[in-house]
Amino acid sequence: MLNVRNLAVSFQTRRGQVDAVRGISFDLAKGEILGIVGESGSGKSVTSYALMRILDAGGVIRAGEASYSGTDLRRASERNMRDIRGREISMIFQNPRAALNPIRKVGHQIEDVLRQHGRATRQDARTKAIAALEAVRIKDAAARYDAYPFELSGGMCQRIVCAIALACDPKLLIADEPTTGLDITTQKAVMDLVRDLIRDRGMSSILITHDLGLAAQYCDRIMVMKDGQIVEQGDPVQIFSDPQHAYSRKLVDATPREGESIRSLLPPEERKALIPHKVHPRPLLEVTDLVKTYQGKSGPVHAVRGISFRIDQGQSVGLVGESGCGKSTTSEILVRLLDPTSGTILFDGQDIAGIPAQRFVKDPRRADIQMVFQDATDSLNPRHSARQTIAEPLRRLGGMGGSALAARIEELAALVGLPLPLLDRFPHQLSGGQKARVGIARAVALNPRFLILDEPTAALDVSIQAVVLNLLVDLRAKLGLSYLFVSHDLHVVRLLCDHVLVMKDGAIVEEGPAHRVMSEPTHPYTRELLAAAPKPPARRIAAA
Amino acid sequence: MTDMPAPAKSANARQSGSFEHLVYVLRANPVTLLAFGLFAFLIFCALFGPSVVPYDPLETNAAKALQPPSMEHWFGTDQIGRDVFSRVIVATRLDLSISVAAVALSFVVGSILGAIAGYWGGWLDIILNRFLDTIMAFPLFVLAMGIVAALGNTIENIIYATAIINMPFYARLVRAEVNIRRDAGFARAAKLSGNSDLRVLALHIFPNALPPMMVQVSLNLGWAILNAAGLSFIGLGVRPPTPEWGIMVAEGANFIVSGEWWLAVFPGLWLMIAVFTFNLLGDGLRDIVDPRKRT
Amino acid sequence: MLRTHPRLRAVLLRCAQAIPVVVGVVVISFVLTRALPGDPAVYFAGVMADEASIQETRVAMGLDKPLPQQFLIYVGELMRGDLGQSLTSGRAVATDLANRLPASLELTLTALLLACAIAIPLGVLAATRPGTWVDHLCRVIVTAGVSLPTFFTGIVLIYVFYYLLGIAPSPLGRLDFIYLEPEHVTGFYLIDAAIAGDWETWWGAAKQLILPAGTLALFTLAPVARMTRAAMLTALSSDFIRTARAAGLSRSRVLYGYAFRNALLPVVTTLGMVFSFALGANVLVEKVFAWPGIGSYAVEALVVSDYAAVQGFVLAMALLFVLLNLVIDLLYTAIDPRIGFDSK
Repeated sequence: MLNVRNLAVSFQTRRGQVDAVRGISFDLAKGEILGIVGESGSGKSVTSYALMRILDAGGVIRAGEASYSGTDLRRASERNMRDIRGREISMIFQNPRAALNPIRKVGHQIEDVLRQHGRATRQDARTKAIAALEAVRIKDAAARYDAYPFELSGGMCQRIVCAIALACDPKLLIADEPTTGLDITTQKAVMDLVRDLIRDRGMSSILITHDLGLAAQYCDRIMVMKDGQIVEQGDPVQIFSDPQHAYSRKLVDATPREGESIRSLLPPEERKALIPHKVHPRPLLEVTDLVKTYQGKSGPVHAVRGISFRIDQGQSVGLVGESGCGKSTTSEILVRLLDPTSGTILFDGQDIAGIPAQRFVKDPRRADIQMVFQDATDSLNPRHSARQTIAEPLRRLGGMGGSALAARIEELAALVGLPLPLLDRFPHQLSGGQKARVGIARAVALNPRFLILDEPTAALDVSIQAVVLNLLVDLRAKLGLSYLFVSHDLHVVRLLCDHVLVMKDGAIVEEGPAHRVMSEPTHPYTRELLAAAPKPPARRIAAA
Repeated sequence: MTDMPAPAKSANARQSGSFEHLVYVLRANPVTLLAFGLFAFLIFCALFGPSVVPYDPLETNAAKALQPPSMEHWFGTDQIGRDVFSRVIVATRLDLSISVAAVALSFVVGSILGAIAGYWGGWLDIILNRFLDTIMAFPLFVLAMGIVAALGNTIENIIYATAIINMPFYARLVRAEVNIRRDAGFARAAKLSGNSDLRVLALHIFPNALPPMMVQVSLNLGWAILNAAGLSFIGLGVRPPTPEWGIMVAEGANFIVSGEWWLAVFPGLWLMIAVFTFNLLGDGLRDIVDPRKRT
Repeated sequence: MLRTHPRLRAVLLRCAQAIPVVVGVVVISFVLTRALPGDPAVYFAGVMADEASIQETRVAMGLDKPLPQQFLIYVGELMRGDLGQSLTSGRAVATDLANRLPASLELTLTALLLACAIAIPLGVLAATRPGTWVDHLCRVIVTAGVSLPTFFTGIVLIYVFYYLLGIAPSPLGRLDFIYLEPEHVTGFYLIDAAIAGDWETWWGAAKQLILPAGTLALFTLAPVARMTRAAMLTALSSDFIRTARAAGLSRSRVLYGYAFRNALLPVVTTLGMVFSFALGANVLVEKVFAWPGIGSYAVEALVVSDYAAVQGFVLAMALLFVLLNLVIDLLYTAIDPRIGFDSK
């Protein structure tokens, strides 16, 4: 149905020509779902834009052939391509809210496509648009017809994007990271819907994703891309059980799965023995009835509704929930950047909730409670070098200077595995993993006792996530740290934490030892979260 | 998809990187190079103009009145025989000083007000916004006219009036730049490192807001020159016989309908070149600071 | 009612927001008239005044009373539409301004329409064809346009079209003396002449209007073109344009139905700033072309230190501008469905 031979795409940029796709070949059969998996910069999205001929400015197909049912996609006239787009091949995108015209009613956006391809007339466009909405299982479709994108949730917007894509019954659907940015339960709902629609209509599909687990669950065949080339392709079970290429092996290893240890995320040769960390049954942090209420435009917003928990010395506790559940607010309060509305936080037996955040800067316990931020790029001052960034807490709180400071910075760089020459680089000259290391070095610079990890790997590729998680585990054992690990991903939390708190709508709905919560969840929400996570096939080679 | 790995470079990569980028921008955009050249020329005129011009800008010579441009008088002479070229060059210093002083004043005041409002928000922010809204509720040139008329017709008051009408732009820009960085990870991290709010604002957030500010300064200098010249064109501020571009155009305008074009055209052209230089410079700086925002 | 109609609420809220701005404008203009360094009575009595007439002015304006009371008197006078007496014309400033306002409005609005009619298509073309001659032309016009002092452009245009080519009428006022003023309906000569069916006069007025309106349009064109180009580029690189292209929508539909409508939002927002520039530049253009509007009135008043007239002009301009901004914001509310809702 679709044949691609030696396709090469390059971009003309200020720094010269960049080859995004370097000669890839693949076929897609009728009714097949193909997954293209790769990390950022692998050229997987560019491939799909090239097939649709909607590359951004500066992008050109430099070589190769692509044919769809006998049509040459590379040489077809723009007019022919326009007929193919939407009617034969269509696409859905990541960030569904931005993918819709913000100032046009969603019903009209569907009508535009129907009428463009002659599927509807002025008279029956509305009826057909509502039918298209119903086809993607939108309830009360007639009312949704008049909605604007900003009035709808992210999951609902993705359904509308699907409705636009499927309105003219195309034969092939390309889904470009369709669930990135959506919560895990929404992700499952959207993916199930897309799979059902494709199966029901006998369509083919290409799913582009960075998540190997997700691809394995929904695709018939997987293609792994790296640096614009296909390194391996095969069926999911085969790729997972016996990856041939070193890169796909690394990706398979780094994908968190049930029943494996944190070290198994790393390539086998890098799996050093794990140093066990000690938990002392003495409370380090005791949170009681913590409440945070904001004054919103339409009444008070209850971000945190009276939560209580305890973290022992040396213990690692995971705080899991979807966006808007109050986990970020909780971590901001604990790290004392935000004042709670009420409640107590006993740190080492003394209440720190009563000290205003503004004055906590001068508190001697400031150095004891530190944080690793979600987005490493955003958390580094763009005008400070890595050295200056790490020096900041040492100077301000530690009162260090001169050669002692320099020595300590190099010691920290060695501790987090940051090569010394990189210390004089600025954030834009560092890779994502290197920036994460700088952020961690800054957080542990003063030997804190309690470290809050706010989704420290959310913005990282999966292979770098594996390295950073292992670094955090090693640091915990070396420095005797206690962690509060905030994440949306139960599987990642399980690898690192002894104890898990599940949060929903500002309240803790379930808590318990990590293995217990994972194996025997009691609350329906926890079960829903676990069910929604993709389940990659097992690996044949057991973890070390 | 654009997340390219950082290129490997030596320890002083930052400096050489910026320099390479500067060279690249200048080579790719010769207009910016031209702007830098013109800027240097204007500065030269402002510093050494009075000592290099061929005639005394105030010296009258009735016998040589209203002569068209010649080898002797490049830009011709005016109705009382003064050399237009000398007057145009000498005026550079006054025109540039007025705009530089006004822009510096509004930059400082606007930055402080905007940074405070953008960082702390709340009622401070509301009051500042109300205040700025009120200033902006006037057509700005008209407000400047009103201020100079009320305070008195002097050059200092031209500077104050120009500073007042420029100030809202800086305050709003700084406010916005500070506001988007107030909750940025690096600002929160700085607080965790033991910096007080004031230090976070002054040492971490404000320096990151400087590049867009510099672009604004450059564009604003051109606008300030236009404003000051406009005010003197309608008879405010600078008084004859002081050489100043706006007033020279105003005097020359009376001779346009009888065909003596050089009286008004040369000072007007010079004024235009000065404004043009700052605008090009602003666009060039924008290119260097942030190539994506190029418009 | 208001809870169920958030957009209506947004419109009313926007109208209500104009009130504190008007109050602020009145306060500033009071400060400019009364709280001057030196003795305001001396200013207002004019340069020719003697001791007695200064004293007379002082009592007449209530300058011997405390400031808060003066402010109340000032507000009271404003309510009655009293802006004081002009020394030069001897009439009430308010009457003078009302008589001359249509001339200024006709000039400014014509210039703005002209500017938008050229700048918006230019910006769109430049954004859709980056790197072509249209794009370069747009960049040159944008940078040159904001660098041109309006008074200088006006003088050059007069020299070329009146002195050298002789195709423009003499740059003196709205209508050559050979024509009769059309009967006053709106005060806009073009409209009034058209209503009267007097096309000869209409043409006469149009000829006079072309040069000053063109001068002003050249100046205001630049920011509009710049913003249109930038907004169009932003819109074209948005995700929703990719969706529209991937769905096979035609190029014109994508450009005009999707990108342009979104690009209009920031353009409408900048119109406020453009009005501010245009009203300021209007003063200069009126002086160059001896246009009998409120700008040249203020310039004449400045020359003879007729302060009541100048301050009346400043206040009138500010109120006009507040009104224009209100209209722009309401227009924005009409085209952006998101106004009035908390964005999620």
